Amino acid sequence: MSTTTKSKSVLWDWLTTVDHKKIGVMYLIAGTLFFVKAGVMALFMRIQLMYPEMNFLSGQTFNEFITMHGTIMLFLAATPLLFAFMNFIVPLQIGARDVAFPFVNALGFWIFFFGGFLLSLSWFFGGGPDAGWTAYVPLSSRDYAGLGLDFYVLGLQVSGIGTLVSAINFLVTIVNMRAPGMTMMRLPLFVWTTFISSTLILFAFTPLAAGLALLMLDRLFEAQYFITDMGGNVVLWQHIFWIFGHPEVYILVLPAFGIISEVIPAFSRKRLFGYTAMVFATMLIAFLGFMVWAHHMFTVGMGPIANSIFAIATMTIAVPTGIKVFNWLFTMWGGKITFNTAMLFASSFVPTFVLGGVTGVMLAMAPVDHLYHDTYFVVAHFHYIIVGGIVLALFAGVFYWYPKMFGHKLNEGLGKLFFWVFFIGFHLTFFVQHLLGLMGMPRRVYTFLGDQGLDTFNFISTIGTFFMSAAIIILVINVIYSAFKGERVGADPWDARTLEWATAHPLPEYNFAQTPQVRSLDPLFYEKIHGDGKMKPAEPLQDIHMPNGSILPFIMSVGLFISGFGFIMFNMENPILPPIVVAVGGLAITFICMIVRSVKEDHGYHIPVEEIKAKEVN
Amino acid sequence: MKKWKNVWRILPIFLLLLLLTGCGETNLTALDPKGPQSQWIFDNMLLSLYVMAFVTIVVFAIYFIILAKFRRAPGDDEIPKQVEGNHKLEILWTVIPILLLAILAVPTITGTFLLADTEPEGDHTVEVKVTGHQFWWQFDYEDEGFTAGQDLYIPVGEKVLFELHASDVVHSFWVPALGGKVDTVPGITNHMWLEADEPGVYKGKCAELCGPAHALMDFKVIAVERDEYDAWVASMQEEPQEPTEVVAQQGREVFEENGCIGCHAIGGTGTAAGPALTNFGEREVVAGYLDFTDENIEAWIRDPQSLKQGNNMPAYPQLSDEEMTSLVEYLKSLTVLE
Ligand code: HEM
Ligand SMILES: [Cu+2]
Repeated sequence: MSTTTKSKSVLWDWLTTVDHKKIGVMYLIAGTLFFVKAGVMALFMRIQLMYPEMNFLSGQTFNEFITMHGTIMLFLAATPLLFAFMNFIVPLQIGARDVAFPFVNALGFWIFFFGGFLLSLSWFFGGGPDAGWTAYVPLSSRDYAGLGLDFYVLGLQVSGIGTLVSAINFLVTIVNMRAPGMTMMRLPLFVWTTFISSTLILFAFTPLAAGLALLMLDRLFEAQYFITDMGGNVVLWQHIFWIFGHPEVYILVLPAFGIISEVIPAFSRKRLFGYTAMVFATMLIAFLGFMVWAHHMFTVGMGPIANSIFAIATMTIAVPTGIKVFNWLFTMWGGKITFNTAMLFASSFVPTFVLGGVTGVMLAMAPVDHLYHDTYFVVAHFHYIIVGGIVLALFAGVFYWYPKMFGHKLNEGLGKLFFWVFFIGFHLTFFVQHLLGLMGMPRRVYTFLGDQGLDTFNFISTIGTFFMSAAIIILVINVIYSAFKGERVGADPWDARTLEWATAHPLPEYNFAQTPQVRSLDPLFYEKIHGDGKMKPAEPLQDIHMPNGSILPFIMSVGLFISGFGFIMFNMENPILPPIVVAVGGLAITFICMIVRSVKEDHGYHIPVEEIKAKEVN
Repeated sequence: MKKWKNVWRILPIFLLLLLLTGCGETNLTALDPKGPQSQWIFDNMLLSLYVMAFVTIVVFAIYFIILAKFRRAPGDDEIPKQVEGNHKLEILWTVIPILLLAILAVPTITGTFLLADTEPEGDHTVEVKVTGHQFWWQFDYEDEGFTAGQDLYIPVGEKVLFELHASDVVHSFWVPALGGKVDTVPGITNHMWLEADEPGVYKGKCAELCGPAHALMDFKVIAVERDEYDAWVASMQEEPQEPTEVVAQQGREVFEENGCIGCHAIGGTGTAAGPALTNFGEREVVAGYLDFTDENIEAWIRDPQSLKQGNNMPAYPQLSDEEMTSLVEYLKSLTVLE
């Protein structure tokens, strides 16, 4: 059985794969494409704002760009890029052969991908959504927003299912698939943050799905949840949205914290300072993240009592976050630090993130937020968290795990150049935006008038964006250059501490020939000090059972995509087919696949011991 | 090059330097507060900035010490001491932030109530009903019985109360130099207050994305001494005067024949689909942002879409030059002040 897959084409191999590593790589590629797309939109927006009263983008196009930029960056770039690492690294870090449900894992990816694709199609049907990524009603209702918003609603609904499915998979994997001896309190921080962030997804994406469903009913079938004239409530949407939207930021930033907590110890050659405190601080942040959603709504008229409560609750998040920051600093303190590219990103994350955090506390002061809210001060704040936090961490992760994923390092010289150009560009872009906000520049404005004192800083901000764009080009060059000339390395190029570096090289599809016995936190480091530098096996060498690939996840996702498109067709002028047929037809495809999957027996295949032995030699 | 050097010098000191010199255009920027509310907000913004600057400095100091001291020398393969943690330190960096937050919590709560305090002061408190429209502002002086559009007149040194409404989508009413913003939300009535210390024209903006021309949804707050304000109110209350010049009289006919009057009230209360034009002749800008010139008025009437995308005024390309000239004359004659 084991050799049957070899005969099929490469494309087929990727379309049917259920291997967490390949799925990780697919997330990486898809996330990067969306990241570049949203980045180009950001560049265009900043060019429009380079000089007062520019005519590069119209107001309408600009609004479509902010909406798509924000939506894509959060749902289709940052989330999948983090998922890429979660998929690839988490099973390795806990000593597992795969995630708990490989089939479901593939399904999660394809649903996410086709959801994103559906959203992107809006451009070909009369323009993108234009009500901001928050899609506040009534601006997003049928009276004010066109077809683009239907793509927003259905695209996010579909891709949200994918995210939810993957999150459940991570939860089960981390609870069930840990190697012997890998207790919860020995989990690497990246696994912990994946676990907690998946829990957040579970609780946050459900209200989002509900909210999107209500908005869809309003838009397509003339329900009246959010139409004031009919007794609907527009603030209701804001609550639903932010009950999802605030945790969403933590869904993204906690795994970023996880990456930082892996990279800093590895290159400081020290164990993470205050491991237990880090774990509980993460939990506390996650919990508080759910209690503070209304701090996005201080100016909406909730009244002084609600405002005070949400303000104080928000401030308390600074305490566990502060604990984390100092623990990172004291991990480095007394260490022997190697400042390669990954570590440059990881260590510069700490002060940068603090700058975003302190403005967060400033924003939490509800009465003063009446000044900041909806201005460039907020734009600066959340980009310090999102770019200065999440993106820096992602780049640290890319440079750190690249050898494990692709077998060679990225070039260090180009890497450092990339770091500096990006880092300087980032601060140029966003630092001055704090000032713009205080000087009276609202956010989401497509232009500003001259002689308002806003010219200089807007110009500087745009220049910074050019730097960041150049940096990304350097990264692309690096990836291509390294593919040919990059240093080929072994299984543990960084002399690192955690299990993913204990596998054979190149990484076999079954990860570990024998499940390792974990004896400590930082298991590989422990064996390097107390053992012979290799993990002790927890089981005898035997045939390994692996799941078969399947095309069903792909087809099921196509079904959902078709169905989503069908729903959108309810709002189209002259649909070629009756919308109901397409909507139900798509769902039927998905359900038929589900039935096939349940009925058809698929026992997977076994890799015989001899084959494993042959692989483990090199 | 010179310019760039200066920028670099300014950046690290962030606000401190900029704040002291005042930054941005006066009467727009919140860094140069012109009323008790904006002053309170500014002071407490500074307070939080100081506290946060302290935190930042501590973190940066530790970080730079690390950068300087703990690099691994090439070839140094020694493994540093593996420290598990340190309870004393961890308690320290839990307790200190809590104390710092306590400092900020007090003004947070008092300030929230200060901003929400919309009790009238005395029986002549000015109350204005504000309505946000795509993309203009309506100001109803309900007690006085008239409506104004785009320009909001208020008396200096008095707390003015606002009742906020939205007619279509969510907008946000913001005069940075005078105070914080509050949203205008369809179906909901919000309240806020503002006060100006000195006479002047303060720039106002819409701060919530409300459609394609959101960026251009500006307005002006004109703060005048009480007696001047009373005079303005009195003449706004009067019936609009017949234009004296012939051209303007013709313009008035154009105005009525072309249905402008259907959307733009002149005199009276309430308003239909467009801003009241009772005192249009005294505006500094057309449509919230264009310089007040004959050319701009004409351009606006001929093609409002190209100047404010997505707004609700129809275009009038069919007006002859002659009609347009008289119409513009008429509009400019709409004044209430001497
Ligand atoms: C890399 C350089 C980036 C640049 C130059 C940039 C620039 C911008 C600009 C100009 C806006 C519009 C600001 C406004 O509201 O007026 C914006 C909004 C936004 N950005 Fe970015 N951005 C960048 C990266 C990111 C990343 C990585 C993320 C998230 C992962 C992100 C998330 C957002 C969000 C959520 C919004 C708000 C969109 C909305 O208002 O609906 N940005 N960005
Ligand atoms: Cu508005």
